[in-house]
Amino acid sequence: MADYDLPDECLYTEHDEWVRMEMDGARLVVGITDYAQQELGDIVYVELPSVAEEVRDGQPFGVIESVKAVSDLYSPATGTVVAVNEVLADRPELVNEDCYGEGWLVAIEGVDAEVLDSLMDANAYRKYVASRAE
Amino acid sequence: MRPGANVTSGLAYEEPLIFELSRPGRVGYSLPASDVPAVDPAEVLGADHVRSDDPVLPELSEVDVVRHFTRLSTWNAAVDLGLYPLGSCTMKYNPRVNEKLARLPGFAGGHPLQPAALSQGFLELMVELENQLAEVSGMDRVSLQPAAGAQGELAGIMMIRAYHEQRGEHRSVVLVPDSAHGTNPASAALNSYDVETIPSGDDGILHPDAVSRAMTPEVAGIMLTNPNTLGLFEEHVARICEIVHAKGGLVYGDGANLNALMGIARPGDLGIDVMHFNLHKTFSTPHGGGGPGSGPVGVKNLLAPFLPVPMVRRLADSEGGGFGLDYEFPHSIGRLHGNFGNVGMFVRAFAYLRSLGPNGLRRCSEMAVLNANYLLARLRDVYHVAYDRPVMHECVLSDRNLEPTGITTMDVAKRLIDYGYHPPTIYFPLIVHGAIMIEPTESESLEGLDRFVETLRAIEREAREEPQLVRDAPHRTPHSRLDETRAARHPVLRWQPD
Amino acid sequence: MSDRDRYIPHTPDEVAHMLETIGAKSIDALFEPIPDELRLDRPLDLPAALSEQELTAELTALAARNANTDSHDWFLGAGTYAHFSPSAVDALIQRGEFLTAYTPYQAEISQGTLQAVFEWQTMMASLTGTEVANASMYDGASATAEAALMAMRLTRRSRVVLSAGLHPHYAEVVKSYLGGLDAVIEVAGLGEDGRSADLAGAIDEQTACLVVQRPNFFGCVEDLAGAAEAAHASGALLVVVVTESLSLALLPPPGALGADIVCGEAQSFGVPMSFGGPHVGFLATDQKRVRQMPGRLAGETVDSHGKRGFVLTLSTREQHIRRERATSNICTNQGLCLLTATIYLSLLGRVGLRRLAELNLAKAEYAKGRIRETPGLGLRYAAPTFNEFVVTVPDSAGRALERALAEGCVGGLDLAPHAPDLGPALLVCTTELASRDAIDRLVGALGAGAP
Repeated sequence: MADYDLPDECLYTEHDEWVRMEMDGARLVVGITDYAQQELGDIVYVELPSVAEEVRDGQPFGVIESVKAVSDLYSPATGTVVAVNEVLADRPELVNEDCYGEGWLVAIEGVDAEVLDSLMDANAYRKYVASRAE
Repeated sequence: MRPGANVTSGLAYEEPLIFELSRPGRVGYSLPASDVPAVDPAEVLGADHVRSDDPVLPELSEVDVVRHFTRLSTWNAAVDLGLYPLGSCTMKYNPRVNEKLARLPGFAGGHPLQPAALSQGFLELMVELENQLAEVSGMDRVSLQPAAGAQGELAGIMMIRAYHEQRGEHRSVVLVPDSAHGTNPASAALNSYDVETIPSGDDGILHPDAVSRAMTPEVAGIMLTNPNTLGLFEEHVARICEIVHAKGGLVYGDGANLNALMGIARPGDLGIDVMHFNLHKTFSTPHGGGGPGSGPVGVKNLLAPFLPVPMVRRLADSEGGGFGLDYEFPHSIGRLHGNFGNVGMFVRAFAYLRSLGPNGLRRCSEMAVLNANYLLARLRDVYHVAYDRPVMHECVLSDRNLEPTGITTMDVAKRLIDYGYHPPTIYFPLIVHGAIMIEPTESESLEGLDRFVETLRAIEREAREEPQLVRDAPHRTPHSRLDETRAARHPVLRWQPD
Repeated sequence: MSDRDRYIPHTPDEVAHMLETIGAKSIDALFEPIPDELRLDRPLDLPAALSEQELTAELTALAARNANTDSHDWFLGAGTYAHFSPSAVDALIQRGEFLTAYTPYQAEISQGTLQAVFEWQTMMASLTGTEVANASMYDGASATAEAALMAMRLTRRSRVVLSAGLHPHYAEVVKSYLGGLDAVIEVAGLGEDGRSADLAGAIDEQTACLVVQRPNFFGCVEDLAGAAEAAHASGALLVVVVTESLSLALLPPPGALGADIVCGEAQSFGVPMSFGGPHVGFLATDQKRVRQMPGRLAGETVDSHGKRGFVLTLSTREQHIRRERATSNICTNQGLCLLTATIYLSLLGRVGLRRLAELNLAKAEYAKGRIRETPGLGLRYAAPTFNEFVVTVPDSAGRALERALAEGCVGGLDLAPHAPDLGPALLVCTTELASRDAIDRLVGALGAGAP
């Protein structure tokens, strides 16, 4: 199995998104994992929600596309979008180049912290990815 | 290195965009002198209603234009140049006589709204073609109106919806096998149906129990392709139709692969209620670089009231005889095309049917199936076969055996180009990883198939011995591999002057 | 072997050799996967095969029973137009490399088709005054339906308002396409001068789009700027439909007047009438809406050596990838017809297309002048027209058309089935094919019914 960059400070979802807490957990920043970006290949387009839009736990909030594939983006929690990465409209390649940094997708606030208990840590997610490769 | 010498080096032209060739002052047209007084458009239309900018059109002589498009043509692969084994596309020979006949002034120069009395030859041709397609397929009625297979599917699903609605039933789900063409779920969605995917069995075909499990009262119908996209005959089709019918559902047949069955078996006899034909596949009308197609839809009598209008029919003597238009379909799904459909394709398909007759049609299917099985027999020791069973008109290989070399289906496809072949359909059906889907059609001769086999075997050797050669292919085309990522990230969809 | 297998190369010896390689006893054995009870147990009941000579005779006889632009003077338009096409157009599209190629999925060996599509997109975007035109739709009617669907996706609204001047067949196709969705279709009124009226009153906050045809079905040139204002005031999109695409050479581009989507039929650009198909629908819009656009698109890129080339792009919108969530189910479109139009537009060019449009206008103005001065005939609408207009006749449209036919003219469209309120009226079209002499004969015949 290929080696994936899975930072310890992130939590992970079964839909291959990462979640990072900021502002003492008041804000969640969301992106797709190194595994997801490698699987998709060259990202050509990212469709994101608008600021102030409500997103729901487990529901699609956007779409990410490579040349030959389309994938829904699922929200890790219920809350309100407070920021979206506008740069991706012109530079979708940032998701490939720096998925945990400049390639972030959205920031969400107003989240019930308990939701995070159901997410995976880096180790659990690594096992989860490996289990799907079998 | 060059099996069978299918290609040699030739003239390869560079050619810019037509706008870049433009030279102000050149003309490529000749208008007749006007025999009526000239008018000032601003006076007639009002100054606000006259275009003030120049559209982006070139100024060129006729010679320039003829050379430009002739040069562009040399960059295309085509059936007229050689084997074009795109699976599920039936790239058979397109007879030249069909082109000539479709251009007769009485066909090409007729207008869709001219009175029926002035169109009797055309209307008779439509009725005859409908009848012949009905006989080939075992359906009761045929409408020629849909402009392509996908529009035929749309018509079919619309009729299924109208049928249930007329019975006061509101069903919400359409079943689609996992091996289906993408147009199937897209057509269902255009009718607000939810799509439920049915898995194929380990043997690559649908099994009655899988359909039975999914067949709830919510299901409006199932969309089958037979032979399916693996080239396999759906052996349980009759049982599957019974299961669907027993629960009040209907069966849609995707006719993309009808070329395997002509004179052998008829969809209507298998239990299909509604299907489309692809005149541009089975009935030899040219693909034209992406159309025009033609996708007539055939139905059993229970769906006839829902057919699109207008229909054409032979009039009784009491009605004056001859042929006329028929709008008397009170439950019709309506009109799908501005006129009658892609009429020029009707002329070509009719000419094809008349050229072949019943025996010739059957022979097409027999030789198409013979060719596919021959390829499979000669390639299965080298390429992995997804479902190694007797096939119908096409076979599906994969790149699994090449895995140690790192060479993929895409690489094989691109390397085939160097040897002068259009690649097969690749990465479809989705259920076969790295699928290579080959449909030779009946048009290909034995020596042509042998040359293709030798080429595919040579590429497999190259994959092991010179993988970089394969990975960088094609080498002999005017363009090497094109950057699709760049095209999608920063779309440039028109030329603009500097 | 009989000559009737001329499309199939196999000799009996070759068939035998191939069966042996496969390990099958007979051709019949190849069909073993088909259960016996499902096989057809008789030959197909079709007429016997014809030789090429017999076939040619049979179809020539059928064709001879159809009136056409060679046999009659032609004044019938209404969405399908009789224009002259230079010989080079048909010669070029019969190049086997264009004619017998598939959709250009394999870009390296489809550059001819792809570059031509890119040239078409450029020409149509420019003619319509938009930024992006797709690689064609089936026809103008289905392009209009797809434009309405696209507007519904973009606005997330479900009401569609059609101008009463929209071609009636287009309106029917829109209704069929939207019939399976939760959509409401309404028709706005037609004013006394033949143009759409009270559009603002027909549009509300639930309206996804207003669909206006220019010139409209009755030949009248609509006020698009006014329509755009009415649509945009309620957040609706303006869809402009063009059935006589030659008018785009003379009338201001719809995109410049506020159209959000421009669609219609480009048959006038060198594509034979052919009883209504194959023709070539188009759909154009601005770059910001391209993700919701149906149909194929060719885009510019470079190859691995940095050389310019073209590929099909933004394919994730399409059915073969997005399946049930695609922007449309369209797959095969009208490739060879868009090539026809592209070659035609290249030959006519910037200057020629404008001159041809002016010639069409002059013929129509001459005919309208003759009609005005003929007792019993009248021009129904006062709005300006391009090459088509409504003529009121003294007795009945049917009898007027019969008189025209006796003079060798297919005289226009009887409007009774489409606009019964008009009284006896014809839609008459004069393209460059209509000679002054033929126009005079037509007008004389139509007016001969006056008391």
